[in-house]
Amino acid sequence: MLKDITLGQYFPGNTVIHRLDPRTKLIFVLLYIIALFNAKGWAANGVMIAVTLLSMAISHISLKNIFKGLKPMMFIIALTALLNLFYTQGTPIREGWIITWEGIERSVKMMLRITLLITGTFLLTYTTSPMALTDGLERLMNPLKKLHVPVHEMTLMMSMALRFIPTLIEETDKIMSAQKARGADFETGNLIERAKALLPILVPLFVSAFRRADELAVAMESRCYHGGEGRTRLKQLHFTGIDFVALFLGLLLVAGIFVLKHYGL
Amino acid sequence: MAAIVEFDHVFFRYPEATENILCDICLSFEKGSFTAVLGHNGSGKSTLAKHMNGILLPTEGTVRVSGLPTTDEEKLLDIRHTVGMVFQNPDNQIVANVVEEDVAFAPENLGVPSEEIRQRVDDALRQVGMYEYRLHAPHLLSGGQKQRVAIAGVLAMQPELIVLDEPTAMLDPQGRKEVISTIERLCRDRGITVILITHHMDECIHADRLIVMSNGGIAADGSPAEIFSHIDEMEREGLDVPETVRMIHDLNEDGYDLSYSALQAEACAEEIATAILRRRAVWQS
Repeated sequence: MLKDITLGQYFPGNTVIHRLDPRTKLIFVLLYIIALFNAKGWAANGVMIAVTLLSMAISHISLKNIFKGLKPMMFIIALTALLNLFYTQGTPIREGWIITWEGIERSVKMMLRITLLITGTFLLTYTTSPMALTDGLERLMNPLKKLHVPVHEMTLMMSMALRFIPTLIEETDKIMSAQKARGADFETGNLIERAKALLPILVPLFVSAFRRADELAVAMESRCYHGGEGRTRLKQLHFTGIDFVALFLGLLLVAGIFVLKHYGL
Repeated sequence: MAAIVEFDHVFFRYPEATENILCDICLSFEKGSFTAVLGHNGSGKSTLAKHMNGILLPTEGTVRVSGLPTTDEEKLLDIRHTVGMVFQNPDNQIVANVVEEDVAFAPENLGVPSEEIRQRVDDALRQVGMYEYRLHAPHLLSGGQKQRVAIAGVLAMQPELIVLDEPTAMLDPQGRKEVISTIERLCRDRGITVILITHHMDECIHADRLIVMSNGGIAADGSPAEIFSHIDEMEREGLDVPETVRMIHDLNEDGYDLSYSALQAEACAEEIATAILRRRAVWQS
């Protein structure tokens, strides 16, 4: 059950999008999000859908994988749609009904926006290895080091967390099986009872996570880790032609969406 | 030959503890040798290992790595660069999501230029036979494979000495075999000094030297053949001897005269076969 989590999953590949510098992809996603939140009219939303589908096609990420990622978010999407449907003022679709034409339009657009937002960010993690992603993030935030922001430590923690997600999930499964074998019941009872039932999983999980962290720290020190200073990288990041093309297209997208917004489309 | 690690009257106890975990250890390890350190749980063998790269510092006495005392903060990086260490749990020493990125961790920390890192990573992965897996995610590998990746991670640092602290304790028999044969090959073919901490007797039969630890001290130190010939003492230490040694011992008690140097299965079989032929020749005449 826990194996279905797609967070931070990476599908190796060799498409143009896979080969883009992680910094380019991070900036592009940022631009994409800016464009998305300024896409008001149907034309603008159509452009956003087209861009998303095109990116999916180029990176060979199938709709199935996107849906897998969307599944856990279904509840939030549905809830937002429902709230927008019932709480938007305007002309009712029939005399005396709460549902308005404006409400339908808004809830559809809302659903679209959230779906596209998730799809866009998933495309980033699906096509970029977590190492490259944290590396890119570190390089992008490099200027913040001057303000004594511990950029290297933050990104290292992030990549460690991603590294240990599968390990800890495996461990959780193991502990759950062990507790079930001793008669623990996780499936019945009300919410509070079930939350209480999780305690015998969390305690051993935390204890073991701390022990792991301790051993990991010793192992890292044994391999000459001494902070971010003077570190080199196996894979040096460098911008190439396609990176500039991609960034240009990103800027073009934002500009285009703003133009459409200006004309109310 | 020159000593790479020297223990000079080393005592160790944890702060506020009264009992010594290491008690007056004097040892020196020679370059290019393969040493196995044996002992049951709590004999101090892991503590001994952790002194070799300054993870733990002696309460009394000194540990020197290539002549540098481990208490020298300034030289700690050099010491850790000289002495690579592999730990028991492979999951807790792999830092990256991709095999090759993990192997690159140590040279990255040392500030090696990226082209050379690439070379070192490929070399190290080939040496442990994991090159084809360089783009895999570590959590999808078997225990033995993970442990070999961990060894490659240390090799990429290009240490002179590799200390392995019970590297096979969490592995299945297949994984154990993979790891031990990798270690032996590194020592024999690459001339890397190896110190293997273990409680599996049969992992020691290829070693040049065997050190048995007990209650924080050294109970025995010598070649495997010498040590295994004192089978009763080994058993008093709560240690099992390899199957071959047990067989030779039992046969010798029955009046045979077999050498304890035949520790590997084939050598042992040969030794027994020649002894039987000898006996038959005696009877026939």
